[in-house]
This record gives sequence, structure tokens and C-alpha cells, in this order.
Amino acid sequence: MANKTQGIPGITDLIDKIKSGEIWKELAKAVTDSQIWTSSFRHGYADTPRNRVLQIASNVWLHLHPVKISRHALRIRFTWCMGGITFLLFLSTVVTGIILMFYYRPVGEYAYFDMKYLQYDVPFGMLMRNMHRWAAHSMVITVWLHMFRVFLSGSYKPPREFNWVIGVFLVTFTLLLSFTGYLLPWDQLAMWAVTVGTNMARATPFLGHEGPFAEFVGVSQRYDARSVLIGGSIVGPPALLRFYVLHCIFIPLVAGALMIVHFWRIRKDGGISGPL
Amino acid sequence: MAEEIKKKGAEITHDKVHVWPYLVRLEFLCSILVVVGLTAWSIVIDAPLEEAANPTKTPNPSKAPWYFLGLQDILVYFDPWFAGVVAPVLIIVGLMLIPYLDVNPKGNGYYTYTERKTAIWVYSFGFLVLWIALIIMGVFLRGPGWNLFMPWQYWDPHKVVALTSVDLPYAFGVRDYWMACLFGGVVVLGYFAVGTAAYMFLERKAIKSVGIVRMLIKVNLYLIMIGIVVKIVLRLGFNIKYIWVTPWFNV
Ligand code: HEM
Repeated sequence: MANKTQGIPGITDLIDKIKSGEIWKELAKAVTDSQIWTSSFRHGYADTPRNRVLQIASNVWLHLHPVKISRHALRIRFTWCMGGITFLLFLSTVVTGIILMFYYRPVGEYAYFDMKYLQYDVPFGMLMRNMHRWAAHSMVITVWLHMFRVFLSGSYKPPREFNWVIGVFLVTFTLLLSFTGYLLPWDQLAMWAVTVGTNMARATPFLGHEGPFAEFVGVSQRYDARSVLIGGSIVGPPALLRFYVLHCIFIPLVAGALMIVHFWRIRKDGGISGPL
Repeated sequence: MAEEIKKKGAEITHDKVHVWPYLVRLEFLCSILVVVGLTAWSIVIDAPLEEAANPTKTPNPSKAPWYFLGLQDILVYFDPWFAGVVAPVLIIVGLMLIPYLDVNPKGNGYYTYTERKTAIWVYSFGFLVLWIALIIMGVFLRGPGWNLFMPWQYWDPHKVVALTSVDLPYAFGVRDYWMACLFGGVVVLGYFAVGTAAYMFLERKAIKSVGIVRMLIKVNLYLIMIGIVVKIVLRLGFNIKYIWVTPWFNV
């Protein structure tokens, strides 16, 4: 045995390393020293204060966090975790929503049957639809609870007034997101709920044809605040297309941008509020 | 100001922890719980899908999505221009104004009831009663014709409800249209004028520190909120339909 292997240079060394486990350390070092690794991960993983900071500061997904926060901001009894959960639910609707978009066409003739197809034929289609809908409904509830806790802890007081205002925009957009999505299944529930909702626009003062002072502006059933919203005088296919575009593109983009501003401001306002 | 921030900074830094791992691990745990919960819920309960949309078949009752049912319920007491347009705008604008109207420096960043009783009462009343309670009522108790049904009652689409309500001026014996219009206007505008004056008088010592514009906006938002409750009580308790009828709008 020894005779045979002596012919290959360095082989005894190698066998020793394998036996002692040294080989793994060397392999790991070779990998972590390689150009590919060092260009991807900019700091070590060892639990040092420096790495704890870099873990946040040099990671694009985590860097909206501050690197340090006051201890009480971790208390779930203080934040109720509601802002974070709202954001997570928003992300869930983005992921499931994109999957639904592969199968759904916002056209009067197709929309309802695409829903049926999703439910009965598409693998995991029903699950994706359920998750999308329940996450959206939960998000409405958690954003209200988040707002309630921010009010109760007085966290809208200086210097956080502006972030509260952004928050009010966010809760409005959350409701609009949910409302525009409500129409898309194109079933009775959807059409009539949106009819009831958009009928209100008829009564807009000055701009709705049934609203106060409309006669001084000259709006009509076919040309007023409501018809602009739904693209006609009843909730029909043009409304479906409009709501689809608002729901999948416009509102998520605006809401997403506002969320980034919201998180940024939390940091700039000195982190989560606390007793001074 | 600079000193204030410095002081604050010093206070906050005295007990700081690293976000990694202390916060990130909490977020991670919380995400797992929420995603597992959401998945389980979605496996067990299916999203509703009714028959295809049919513009010729109006369901009774037609309900807005549940989160708007508070507003839809206000439609019983107010015309659509108020319940559907002005009220939502007032809610949004009013909410945005909160940080600028509430100048009480206490209770900033911690839970307290005793240091800001009014603020907590007003917000909780608006949120829990005028918003949440009305939603619960709208979802569970409103049936055909938007009539009220108790959970154990049959939703009878032919339930007859006597429409006996009259306008406020009529109840006071005013029969002439323009006199009634004037009467209603005096009542509504008088309510706001007297309410504002009374509040300013009671809070006269605070006017200087709060600021007159702030106080005027605040009291009138309060009065609108109270006014909605008053109108509900007038309708349910006294069968009053409108308080102020004009050729252009009714309140
Ligand atoms: C899509 C909706 C929203 C998301 C994703 C969101 C997210 C968050 C997150 C993650 C935080 C960190 C602390 C916490 O979780 O409580 C936060 C804080 C805050 N949010 Fe929101 N939020 C939303 C809507 C709102 C609304 C509707 C308001 C108020 C009208 C609001 C006002 C605030 C304020 C003032 C803070 C700072 C709290 C403090 O310093 O204690 N946010 N938000």
C-alpha cells in the first residue's frame, strides 16, 4: 500500500489532511478567498461588532434599517409588530399577485373564466388566489391596527408628524388597492360591490352629475367624476381594464414608493419613538 | 433645537442594541409565523367566487367591500355627496391634521391615558365606534333593503318598514319651503357657531398656547364628528330625515 501511493507526489499529505479533517478548513478558505466569494460577500460572518454593523449597512435588503436601535423598540408590546406585518403582507400580495397575472386577462369575456381556470385547472391556482385575497384583507386590518398603536403611543408627535401624514396616504392606498382588486374576479360580488362604491362618485359636489352644484358645471351621466373613474356610465369592461391597470401597476408603485419613504423617515426621525 | 436633538440622541443611545441579530431575528421569526398562518388559512378557506357578473341582476342587499361598510351605513342618514365623498375626504384630511392639531407635548412615544384623555377618547370613538362598529353592523346585521336584521332573523326581502320620517323644520311646524330652508340653515350654521363659541370660551386660557387657527379647525372637526352622531340619533330616535333642505343639497 505505502509503496504504491508513494509514487504520487503529495498524496500522503492529502490523506493525512483528509483523515484529520484539515481538508475542509482548507477548502473553505479556498472558497472564501476566491474572487467570486469576496466580490459577493463583503464581510465575514464571525459575530463581531464590526460584522454586525456591516451585515445591515452593506446589504441592500437590510440597509433601510438603522444598524443600532434602542432596546425598547424590540418590544412587541410596544409596536404590536403591526407595521412590519403590514409590509410582509404587502410583499405576499406582490408575489402571489404576479403569479395570478400569468393566468388572468382583464377582459370582459375572459376574466371570470380565467378565475375558474385558476381555481380548477392551474396547479396551486386556488391556493395562490386564496393567499392573495386573504393577505390583502389581512393587510387592511393590520394597517388599521398599526395606525391605532401609533396613535395610542403618541408616535405621531414631533418629530414624526410627517411620517404620520405619509401613513395616512398609505392607509388610503391600501384601501384603494383592495378596492380595485375587488372588481377583478368579475363575478356578481365584484361587480355590485364596485357599483355601490363608485356610485358615490356620482354625488361628488361640482364634478358628479348628481352632486350638489353640478348644474353650474354642466357634467352629465356620461361625462363626470364617475365616468372618468370607470370609463363609462356603468361598471362594464372598460371599468375592469381601468381597475386592473390601477390595481397592478399604478397603486402598487405609488404605495411601494411611499413605503420606502416611510421606512426612511423612521430612521431619520430618530428611530422608533420612545419615552424621552 | 440643536441642543434638544443632542439631548434626545444622548438619551436614546444609552441603551442601544445591534439590529443584527436582535431585530432581524425577530422579523424573521414573525415572518415565518405570519406566512405559515396565511398558508394554513388559504388551504382551509377558499376565496369566494359567485356567478359571473350580470349587470341586469342586482343583488339585494348590494354591499360595498366590508372595509367601506361604515361609510355605506352613513348613507342611511346622509345623502351620497356627504357620506360618499365629503366624509371620506374629511376623514383623510382630518387624520393628516392630527399631528398638527394635537399640541400636547406629553405622551410622545409611550402609552398613557391620563396625560392625553381627550385625544384617546376622540380617536377611539372615531375608530372603534364610528368605523369598526358600523362595519360589523354592516356586515352582519344589514339585510335586503339595507334593513336591520338580528342574526337569528330571516332576511325577508319584502320586509315593510314604514317611512314616517319628516324634515326638522316640518317637525317644528314650518311649512313654507323657503322659510324651512332658512330655518334649517340657521340650525346647522348655528350649531357650528354656538359650538365653536362655547368651546373657545371654555378653553379660552389655552387659545394662546394652542393658537387660534388650530383651535378653530380642531373644534369644527369635533363638531362634524359629533354632528354625525347627532344626526343618527335624530333619525333613529325622532324620525327626522333632513335638518336642512335646500335646492342644491340636503343635510
Ligand atoms: C402600508 C402601510 C404601512 C406600512 C407597511 C408601515 C410600516 C411601518 C413600520 C414597519 C414601522 C416600524 C414600527 C412598527 O412596526 O410599528 C412603522 C412606523 C410608523 N408608522 Fe407605519 N406603516 C404603514 C402605514 C402607516 C399608517 C397608516 C400610519 C399612520 C397614519 C403610519 C405611521 C407610522 C409612524 C408615525 C411610525 C413611527 C412609529 C414610531 O416611531 O413609534 N404608518 N410603519
